[in-house]
Amino acid sequence: MAYPTDRKYTKEHEWIQVNGNSGTVGITDYAQQSLGDIVFVETPKVGSELTAGKAFGTVESVKAVSDLYAPASGTVTEVNAELATSPENVNKDAHGSWMLKLSLKNPSELNSLLSAADYEKFVAEEAGH
Amino acid sequence: MKPTIRKATTQVNQNEGLIFEKSSAGKAAWKLPPLDVPEVDAAKLLGEAERKDLGNMPEVSEIEIIRHFTRLSTWNYAIDLGMYPLGSCTMKYNPRVNEAVARVEGIANGHPYQPEKISQGALYIIKTLSEQLIEITGMDAITLQPAAGAHGEMTGLLMVRAYHQSKGNARKKILIPDSAHGTNPATAAMVNYAVENLKSDSRGMVDIAALASQMNEDVAALMLTNPNTLGVFEQDIHKIADILHAKGGLLYMDGANMNALVGKVRPGDFGVDVMHLNLHKTFSTPHGGGGPGSGPVAIKKGLEPFLPTPVLTTKSDGTLAFDYNRPQSVGRVRAFYGNFGMFVRALAYIQANGPNGLRQTTEDAVLNANYIRKGLIGSYDLPYATPSMHEVVFSDKLQLKKGVRTMDIAKRLIDYGFHPYTTAFPLIVPGALMIEPTESESKEEMDLFIDAMKSIAEEVEEDPQTVLTAPHSTRVSRLDETAAARKPVLRWKPTS
Repeated sequence: MAYPTDRKYTKEHEWIQVNGNSGTVGITDYAQQSLGDIVFVETPKVGSELTAGKAFGTVESVKAVSDLYAPASGTVTEVNAELATSPENVNKDAHGSWMLKLSLKNPSELNSLLSAADYEKFVAEEAGH
Repeated sequence: MKPTIRKATTQVNQNEGLIFEKSSAGKAAWKLPPLDVPEVDAAKLLGEAERKDLGNMPEVSEIEIIRHFTRLSTWNYAIDLGMYPLGSCTMKYNPRVNEAVARVEGIANGHPYQPEKISQGALYIIKTLSEQLIEITGMDAITLQPAAGAHGEMTGLLMVRAYHQSKGNARKKILIPDSAHGTNPATAAMVNYAVENLKSDSRGMVDIAALASQMNEDVAALMLTNPNTLGVFEQDIHKIADILHAKGGLLYMDGANMNALVGKVRPGDFGVDVMHLNLHKTFSTPHGGGGPGSGPVAIKKGLEPFLPTPVLTTKSDGTLAFDYNRPQSVGRVRAFYGNFGMFVRALAYIQANGPNGLRQTTEDAVLNANYIRKGLIGSYDLPYATPSMHEVVFSDKLQLKKGVRTMDIAKRLIDYGFHPYTTAFPLIVPGALMIEPTESESKEEMDLFIDAMKSIAEEVEEDPQTVLTAPHSTRVSRLDETAAARKPVLRWKPTS
């Protein structure tokens, strides 16, 4: 799997795509694959404050419920309402199925996230474990 | 290849619809005698609240009811039919002596509203079981109220919070290893603690260095399962307890795996402050199908003021009574005093076995898990080589090369006449196969299981499609669990 280079990644398998002061967040293809069929995505309300590294929602698959972690701090400006009725979109196209958008509080936080190449290396190590 | 399925064969069993579909107006399975008390005018008594329409209730005869449920029961798999190797669940045999005792008239027909004076027998059962569980765990006091394991966890953490609060600081966090039961973080969140994850080391145990660096005065407790969900005994348990206690934290033990310890080691002796037991696992009361469960919580002396109310006491005249005057109590957690019928069964199990018998069940549970481990090594990948206690965790790493996952193997196991093992848990093992035979199984039944698992491993190599599309011999083939979760149909509706 080639990971898009237009975004940054967390070790908890979220991606964030930055556009000016706004960030778009989703989970990676590796994450959807290890979760299996996703049946429910729980996102926060518009206006919620997210803190980098803290849980902001959950994703439920037939196997387990997993926390979603914020790649960066900020205020939620928009959530992807489509996922409420079509959670399978995340399985079909994880990198195209965003979960929320937020206005970034501190864009310099993104410097500590992984590049596509580093994330790919990280995942290869984790899968080999 | 042609698989050799030795345990299961085909058998005619009958189709059966929903009981609602059998209904026809006016049929009944009851007939009441003539009224021998004055009739009450419900409308006058209740006014608008009187309900005349009872909704859509099935109307069937007695034999239809009996046949309905008997037919359904023939579709079941049960511990009384064969091995039920669900790891972490401890699906052991429920001895019939438990049932015989629970059906003794004075016990079965006792009512919780009976005055204490004529409930002394029931209270004596509660007292005796409490004392014996305290002796088994090495703790100082116990409540039998909680209705099951997770409820016990919540009761335990409420006491942890009350304990810290009494010292002036309720603290903020609970540490939980990544190998924990999912209920542990859920419980911590329920009682408003933040959850902090603790990584396991390469042995599958708590990473002592990580614990030491994460432990501080904000941590209320560590919730630890021992043996943990890999079936591995936490060998550094004393060090773990010392690290917590040095910073004023408490050690909570999830006693779900107590099956591996009874009669051998006591949590109270290795530094545990609070723990719950699962009578429906370790102490052989019914599990699954609604149980009901029972999750007593045992504690050390320092937490005693916070026990749920009421607490059983012995009065000066030697009679037993419930004490409700507990100003520091976390409150009542269950109606009356919990699932009393399960106390009777657990006590029967403990007393029928006696100390040596209980020790033997522990030894047999560990021996059985290791017999299966030895039998399947080579056929399946063993991700952690640390010695196993009462259960063993393999992974589907070898079978994944053919595209076969743990869920497929589990489904194929049904064709061989076994209930599946636990799949995909613990989460730290990708593609886990978690197997717990319990002490109930004979060598013959385990040999059948090992043969079945080995045969499936061979099928994966030679004919993976058979495994990927299993089960083949069941009433229904593989169910679409994803569609069921995404678009659940939760109730029957008339077709008209």
